[in-house]
Amino acid sequence: MSILVIAEHNNQQLNPATLSALAAAVELGGDIDLMVAGSGCQAAIDQASQIACITKVIAADHSACEHFLAENIAPLIADNASGYTHILAAATTTAKNIMPRVAALLDVQAISDISAVISENTFKRPIYAGNLIATVQSNDAVKVITVRATAFDAVEATGGSATVETLESVNDMGISSFASEQLAESDRPELTAASIVVSGGRGMASGDNFDLLYRIADKLGAAVGASRAAVDAEFVPNDMQVGQTGKIVAPDLYIAVGISGAIQHLAGMKESKVIVAINKDEEAPIFSIADYGLVADLFTALPELESKL
Amino acid sequence: MKILVAVKRVVDYNVKVRPNSDSSDVELANVKMSVNPFCEIAVEEAVRLKEKGIATEIIAVTIGTVQSQEQLRTCLALGADRAILVETDIPVEPLAVAKCLKAVYEEEQPDIVLMGKQAIDGDNNQTGQMLASMLGCAQGTFASEVSVEEGSIAVTREIDGGLQTLSLKLPAVITTDLRLNEPRYASLPNIMKAKQKPLATRSAEELGVDVSPRTQLLGVELPAQRQAGIKVNDVAQLVDKLKNEAKVIS
Repeated sequence: MSILVIAEHNNQQLNPATLSALAAAVELGGDIDLMVAGSGCQAAIDQASQIACITKVIAADHSACEHFLAENIAPLIADNASGYTHILAAATTTAKNIMPRVAALLDVQAISDISAVISENTFKRPIYAGNLIATVQSNDAVKVITVRATAFDAVEATGGSATVETLESVNDMGISSFASEQLAESDRPELTAASIVVSGGRGMASGDNFDLLYRIADKLGAAVGASRAAVDAEFVPNDMQVGQTGKIVAPDLYIAVGISGAIQHLAGMKESKVIVAINKDEEAPIFSIADYGLVADLFTALPELESKL
Repeated sequence: MKILVAVKRVVDYNVKVRPNSDSSDVELANVKMSVNPFCEIAVEEAVRLKEKGIATEIIAVTIGTVQSQEQLRTCLALGADRAILVETDIPVEPLAVAKCLKAVYEEEQPDIVLMGKQAIDGDNNQTGQMLASMLGCAQGTFASEVSVEEGSIAVTREIDGGLQTLSLKLPAVITTDLRLNEPRYASLPNIMKAKQKPLATRSAEELGVDVSPRTQLLGVELPAQRQAGIKVNDVAQLVDKLKNEAKVIS
């Protein structure tokens, strides 16, 4: 078996989710190569070459890869896929955009968002917003897979010295181009990587009230998330959404504040080690999965919590 | 401008799904079925483009069993002009769906293909990307805003880090995220009118598409259930428990 993992990075740094995708590759067994495609991404390539579990870094540093456009990256992956039995990437929005395009180029049925490796061709994956777990066997020669990062413990990021092979032929397909982006800037940890996450829901009542959560998060070194209801109500931007269609998180501690606990939200956080729920409605479904529930008005509970931390 | 909107018949989002008696698949007997919510957003966007005078014709298409006609009628009631059912009697995977859509695309030659970013049953999030790949055209996935310009389309996408706007050459495939719009409800007169609108039925064989599955579902199970813990009396007790029992804060 020979596995190609596609690295997620921002041209400077590898995304830790890639280390979890590599962990799934290690479970599969066999040689693992890591592709780093970007523009001005030498730092990410250097970082990749230090990962102990990989044999080789396949690097493509080219302007056509700058914004990870699926139209340009997918053919690059497909053209260099020969010899590999598995192509994996962490199930981030970047990979969800690119990997099905790769699978179609190779004429194979991709397997999305696997949460467990059963064998080289059989995987578990959540369906119906995580309400059910399916066991799926792929009969394709090449398995194109995205990996739910929270389901696999990251491999060591250092300790290796992989060789780097550089791809020279990269094409700009000329059918799509980057126009602009609005990226969240925050000094707080990234949601999917944080060991503590504090999330607010509709009960927060306004975007301004999220300050109550930010102050607690800063005392705990936590990231701040939100339910879909809070994002839909425009309290906070979409990149904060935790849930089946937002981010999947599994921190050591998840504090849900003013979140009722819709299935969609639970799907994104129920693998957290310890869950705390603060809600004034004692019937809220979130309490059925919380380790510690506090029935209280969040506007009195949060300032008190802040003062006691 | 012609728009093709692809939709899927799925278990209604209010239904609590469970495994069937031998855990070989999801229990689908006597379960309410609906248009996939992400696909409803795609239909709504197409209708808005028509209302703005940008789109001239909306064709709704689905790949599925004969019962999927119900969902196509819903699309017609929401504002699609005509519908196409590509009938199959087996469940189809995203790769096969994309191949059927490619065949329909080639007959219809639309400028834009709209569909939901994922269906709430399989949660695969693949079909739009696969179709764009097969057509060799651009893709705007997870769209929260679209703006059609001369020969191109600007698509704002919801990505992990925030929002990204791309400019895509037409034709293009757009997959819709939750915040693109809020779909309308079909009015009774429009539901009545939809019964008269054309609905063509094709088959995958007729379109020359091999839809045989590449994967096998070995089983379906409930996820490990989390037990409810305890209710604490106040904030002081909560902090004490987190520090001394769970030991997750110091």
